[in-house]
Amino acid sequence: MVDSQVVLNGQTIAYTCYAIVIILVMGWFGIKITRKGKSSKLSHALFYSFVGFLVVLGVSLHIVTYHTIPWARMDINRADIKPDKVFNITVEDHQFILPSEKLIINVGDKALFDVTSNDLTYGFGLFRKDNSMLLQMQVVPGHRNDILWQFDKPGVYTIRSTEYSGPKGAQMILKDVVEVIAK
Amino acid sequence: MSFKDTFMNGEQGLFKPVSLTPMQKLILRFVVVGLVYYGFAVIEGMIMRIYAIEPIKAISDFQYFAILTAHPLVGIIGSTYSLVFGAFLFLVPFLMKKPLWSFKLGNWTFLLVTFGTLTFWLAGFISHYAPLYTLYWPLPADFSQFNPVGGSFFIIGIALVMLGTMFFVINIFKTIAYTPEGWEKQPGGALLASAIGYTGLRNLFRKKKEQVKHLVSLPVAAIARGTVDTALNAGVLLFTGVLILVYMIAHLLGGDLKDTAIDALLYKNWFWWGLDLIADGLVLIFVAGTWYLLATMITGKKLFMQNIARAALLVELIVSWTVWSHHLLSDQAQPGFLKIISGEMVTAFELITQGLAFYIVLATLWSARPLKMSNELKFLLGGLLGFALAVPAGIMQADIGLNRILHNTQWIIGPHVHVAILVGLTMTLYSAVYILFPIVTNGAKLYSQKLANFHFWAHLIGGIGMGAFMGMAGLGGMLRRTIYLNGEFNLYMILAGICGGLLLLAFLVFFYNIVMSLGLKGVIGIFTPSKLNVKDLVPAEQQ
Repeated sequence: MVDSQVVLNGQTIAYTCYAIVIILVMGWFGIKITRKGKSSKLSHALFYSFVGFLVVLGVSLHIVTYHTIPWARMDINRADIKPDKVFNITVEDHQFILPSEKLIINVGDKALFDVTSNDLTYGFGLFRKDNSMLLQMQVVPGHRNDILWQFDKPGVYTIRSTEYSGPKGAQMILKDVVEVIAK
Repeated sequence: MSFKDTFMNGEQGLFKPVSLTPMQKLILRFVVVGLVYYGFAVIEGMIMRIYAIEPIKAISDFQYFAILTAHPLVGIIGSTYSLVFGAFLFLVPFLMKKPLWSFKLGNWTFLLVTFGTLTFWLAGFISHYAPLYTLYWPLPADFSQFNPVGGSFFIIGIALVMLGTMFFVINIFKTIAYTPEGWEKQPGGALLASAIGYTGLRNLFRKKKEQVKHLVSLPVAAIARGTVDTALNAGVLLFTGVLILVYMIAHLLGGDLKDTAIDALLYKNWFWWGLDLIADGLVLIFVAGTWYLLATMITGKKLFMQNIARAALLVELIVSWTVWSHHLLSDQAQPGFLKIISGEMVTAFELITQGLAFYIVLATLWSARPLKMSNELKFLLGGLLGFALAVPAGIMQADIGLNRILHNTQWIIGPHVHVAILVGLTMTLYSAVYILFPIVTNGAKLYSQKLANFHFWAHLIGGIGMGAFMGMAGLGGMLRRTIYLNGEFNLYMILAGICGGLLLLAFLVFFYNIVMSLGLKGVIGIFTPSKLNVKDLVPAEQQ
């Protein structure tokens, strides 16, 4: 499965390019409308083309990501996929309670993290050594909170709550407790 | 004039508070209070910027999260609501060419928003009540972390603001529909139908010859439709506030209620539905309406594709009722169809409706070339740029795949929320302030154009820069609503802090420019009762 860092890099490039272009366009527009020149109306055809472009862009974004970001489809269909490993994790009183000291996963395995909250709403995220985020989900009390993920390379991950659960929850961190190892 | 004279009497002594009508005074009070609360929000924001670099020892974690809770509420409710309510209580009668339905009710709105905000701000400051926007049940009723007495005052403060909001809603719709004394009977129902878009909707199914004319102008229609969302949102917040209050009072009386009686996911859906009526409803609709008004005032021309703009506002209203689920894309128990239809597809419509508004405004400005780069024009362009940057950033995170790696990171709060609010919304409001300034002050002159230019550039660069560096940190994994103790993202946070400092400086310069324009006596004079006993918006000689 494509690493989520690759997707983030792609997003960074795409949005940065867009931001630079739109800033330049607005700068150009600001200069142009204050310069001497004949006032002119824009054509309606251009307007409708722009509307069409927005419709295509808005719809195609989700279709493209659904077909290119592997975890999107896996997430929607996770009930039909048999995981290689299941980790039942409980959260209570701002503490993660793991089934074992370390969660060991083999490279290539699909692991299911099934997290239950006994009191507040929390978050559950896995983070790389450089603090970047691999994945996250919300942990809502009274509901099933499960996430399926395929790990394709060795690594060590930290669990951190990704949702605000009051000041006591700010340091809900379990360092390097998830290990992905070569078979 | 000497500096002292200008400071006391305003630029060239032109501002005379005694010449102001009661309505002008009311509007100026809203503006002053809105700006003061904006100052609160900016200072709180700067404290948090510093905290993100290095936690401040004098501020405990509990105090920090109380600031984090108060900051958006003071910014949105205390500042933006004051500015928007003030402007619209003036503009609706101004555009309809009749007096406000009830000046008294307008005054009550002002008092309730002002003192309601002060109440919840103080409650948070003193008791450290910090459940954020009370989004995540049962956190607002977690009395192991929060004091229920402070919490009760916090909720009462919010409730006061919502009551003032309801008064605003009544006043706006009544002003559109009522018949002033001595006037010919007004078609109240037809005016309301036109304002909320029902007439336009019916016209779609009528033959061209049978189509009914729009009775209210486009900006009034925009204000009316945004006000529908304002009313619904106030209802949601009031209901939720009462619910939380019941738990608090029960706890204070020694009988804890079971928090599992309320489904946390249902609560989250309900609350986000209500909150999105602000974020994706009234803000976008009000902003589009304000853009249209500003574009026509600046150019003196009709709006490009006016009918499409009107229809888009109605679409935006319906979108705003069905869009909330993009906030729950990381909630695994949320039904899949809601994630895809509401979370992704309906949300994508915002790209279209906001894109339409963006294009229509630019086309209207283009048709009136050459224009003078006035303060209102440059701030309007800044506002347009803010939403052009922030809306696509939001659409990206409203995607099932991307949300998995973006949710609750600084990406959301930086390039999306802060760029939308600080650059998009606030610069639009500044544009309105600059254009309305001579009208509501009876011709007061701005103290310094150089300071206004500095205000523009410092705010624009500060706002976009802060959002950009927060976004870079977010893409690197930095979460929002937490504390980093080891300087993990310090490079980005220092740069974001510098940009935040620029925003603070921009505000101080603007505030100084306004005080010097009106003079200290003038600012005080705004808060004394008007001696003119008239219902008119502006003095007769100004009309």
